[in-house]
Amino acid sequence: MNMKMKLFSYNLADTFIHRLSGLTKLICFLFLTFAVMYSYDIRVILVVMVFSILLMRTAQIQFSQVRLMVIYVLIFIFTNAVISFFFSPEFGTSIYGTSHEFASVFGISLTFEQLFYQVTKIFKYASVIPLGMIFLLTTNPSEFASSLNGIRVNYKAAVAVALTLRYFPDIQRDYKDIYLAQQARGLELSRKAKFIDRFKNSLLIVIPLIFSTLDRVEVISNAMDLRGFSKSKTRTWYMSRNFSRQDALALVVSGLIFIATVFVSIFINHSRFYNPFI
Amino acid sequence: MLMNSKPIIEFTNFTFQYFSQAQPTLHDINLKIYTGQKILIVGPSGSGKSTLGHCLNGLIPFSYKGEVHGSLKINGRETSTLDIFKLSKTIGTVLQDSDAQFVGLTVGEDIAFALENDNIPTDEMHQRVRSVAQMVDMHNWLTSSPFELSGGQKQRTSLAGVMIDDVDILLFDEPLANLDPATGKIAIEIIDDIHKQSGKTILIIEHRLEDVLHRDVDRVIVINDGRIIADMDAHSLVASVVLQETGIREPLYVTALKYAGVQVTEAMQAGYIETLKSELSRDALQIWYRRIQPTRQLNTRLSILNMENISFSYDGLRPVLEDINFDIKEGEMVSIVGKNGAGKSTLSKLLCGFEREDHGRILYRGEDIRTKSIKERAEIIGLVMQNPNQMISKPLIFDEVALGLRLRQVPEEKITARVEKVLKVCGLAPFIEWPISALSYGQKKRVTIASILVLDPKILILDEPTAGQDYRHYTEIMEFLVEINKLGVTIILITHDMHLMLEYTPRAIVLADGRKIADTTAAEVLTDAKVIVEANLKETSLFALSQMADVEDGTQFVQSFIDYERRLKNR
Repeated sequence: MNMKMKLFSYNLADTFIHRLSGLTKLICFLFLTFAVMYSYDIRVILVVMVFSILLMRTAQIQFSQVRLMVIYVLIFIFTNAVISFFFSPEFGTSIYGTSHEFASVFGISLTFEQLFYQVTKIFKYASVIPLGMIFLLTTNPSEFASSLNGIRVNYKAAVAVALTLRYFPDIQRDYKDIYLAQQARGLELSRKAKFIDRFKNSLLIVIPLIFSTLDRVEVISNAMDLRGFSKSKTRTWYMSRNFSRQDALALVVSGLIFIATVFVSIFINHSRFYNPFI
Repeated sequence: MLMNSKPIIEFTNFTFQYFSQAQPTLHDINLKIYTGQKILIVGPSGSGKSTLGHCLNGLIPFSYKGEVHGSLKINGRETSTLDIFKLSKTIGTVLQDSDAQFVGLTVGEDIAFALENDNIPTDEMHQRVRSVAQMVDMHNWLTSSPFELSGGQKQRTSLAGVMIDDVDILLFDEPLANLDPATGKIAIEIIDDIHKQSGKTILIIEHRLEDVLHRDVDRVIVINDGRIIADMDAHSLVASVVLQETGIREPLYVTALKYAGVQVTEAMQAGYIETLKSELSRDALQIWYRRIQPTRQLNTRLSILNMENISFSYDGLRPVLEDINFDIKEGEMVSIVGKNGAGKSTLSKLLCGFEREDHGRILYRGEDIRTKSIKERAEIIGLVMQNPNQMISKPLIFDEVALGLRLRQVPEEKITARVEKVLKVCGLAPFIEWPISALSYGQKKRVTIASILVLDPKILILDEPTAGQDYRHYTEIMEFLVEINKLGVTIILITHDMHLMLEYTPRAIVLADGRKIADTTAAEVLTDAKVIVEANLKETSLFALSQMADVEDGTQFVQSFIDYERRLKNR
């Protein structure tokens, strides 16, 4: 129906990873992310990255499903790399304590230390992408809501997450319809217009969107009240999964990876950085 | 009929006034409903019929506050001692917007919603959902998302979602709104089947009387100005003057009987077309029918809009429109009908340039409009969206109507003149300084039409202009469009309303699955069994009446009815 919706859609398949509970996946995601965020050891980072790409294979995620998101993230990572280079080109040297210059740009010297530091950082960020994708694409939003509630997040907040996903495409469609109808009346949001005009014009879309959304909110909240939402302090979930042996396995594996990372930093590298220059 | 001595619902001297209103919305209601009855509650917009429903299901006073006098007992218990949650265990409500009330991400979750809130264990929940889904024939769709369902399926899901609580009373608040005619007919059949199988008490709030009377009801309660003005069976109701007095549309075949000079009495059993004792009216109908001279209207005017071999697809895989051809003449009033998802809205988007056709051409007065932008096309073809709230973006009427001109940098003094003129045409001149929030729904609709008309388009497309409107507002809006049409604006109506199509548009274009399957008179469309089935339409009761009266050419009978009515109303 609409390609944009696919950015959020979860992929229906029955793999080991899909069968894990949403809460398990959230905790594993956090373990692995902390592991790569903590460590500046490119060896550790590459191991986690290869591991998570293997997981993506296991979850039967196709590259075409994630292409758009990968492009966005890559753009972000490279912009970040370029900017951080120009702000502190000496940072690598100061970390590793040596300086091996091999070229210079605009009078700024390029060192292997800086290069090594930045490559490490790029892989660090890049290794989070497959993890995030796996989490988003294999977790049923309602099941995730039930997991959030499982870790004592207020169930109203958890339901709000699921409802947002339920109505997001509807509001997106409303937005598009309103935008087109206002365009027919002569609205232009092109860059040619002055900022203040563009702001005023965007109100012409936002105001009808708010009012038509409020109509919808009234119906939704009536429908929920009439079926007993919020009547008791707890609720059960149609989509909740029981904690299985597989969940335990996944938690142990990702926990071990996290511990191993910390171990490498403390006992082998004696710092968060791996220094090949000494 | 056998009645339990104890009513399941009992209003005694019940009065309700919203805190925001100066007058009570319900006055001194006295009403008893017995277990297992099937009741239809009708009334024009603002009559208080929805308020009555809200009092029953607890939305009043839970969500809408106000002052209550008198007593309302359900199952012998005073409702003021119960809250909305306790009431929801006795009375289940299906709201009119089956899309917005779908709160789950899948059918299964939506049906389970009430059980989740009751802390029912997950395994038991799955079992109960499966068994109740079976009752409404949705058990093969439990993992489907609402985007994959038709309007009828969404409604079945809503029904299952309230039946899962094993309530005693089912309350349907305008179940036919937003449904295409065939789906609406099926909805009434499902409600009836559930009534017969389960023996639950059923209340249906609707203003579309004829459509609900597709299956029988025990009593019809008519509400007007917050009072019950009639409580009788369907036969007595159509034989009385209550419907005319309250502005509720009587069944079309009853109107035809009256045109033919037949005195409709209770003995004729005219409440349902199936029970009508036609031998009492056959001769009168035949004489009346023979007397009507058919009007031959040949439109020799120039064509204003042509679609030639138009094909379109959103994803390049599934065609939404395939090889559509039609030719609309200047000054015509045409309706485009067909089931949900048949491509009607897409067609209007192509005309406005919101989407671009993959193949074919669109011609305006013989000239290809491919190169025209959305803004340029809007000066030829104006689109009025279904929900006025989706268009209104200014607080004052004048500013809202002037918007299109201001965005086109028209000088302010010219704007004033044009806005005043168009507001006069739309009957909004007295409100020129008013804030839009002070207007009724019908007036808001007019404002949106005015804000499009101000650009002086030659063609006006309206998406469901009368959706959710009662007969009086429906007539108001449609008569207004007739006036606009007389001024020379060509009008295209996208609609589900078969009455609208019969009464106001001499010609109908029917779409089914992206193809044009008919392009002829409304009378022919609504008597052609094949087209009716393919496009999810519903045969007009006039056709059944013509067969009862032994009229050979049913289509001509329907056409004669339209011609007669048009002359009567001097259109």
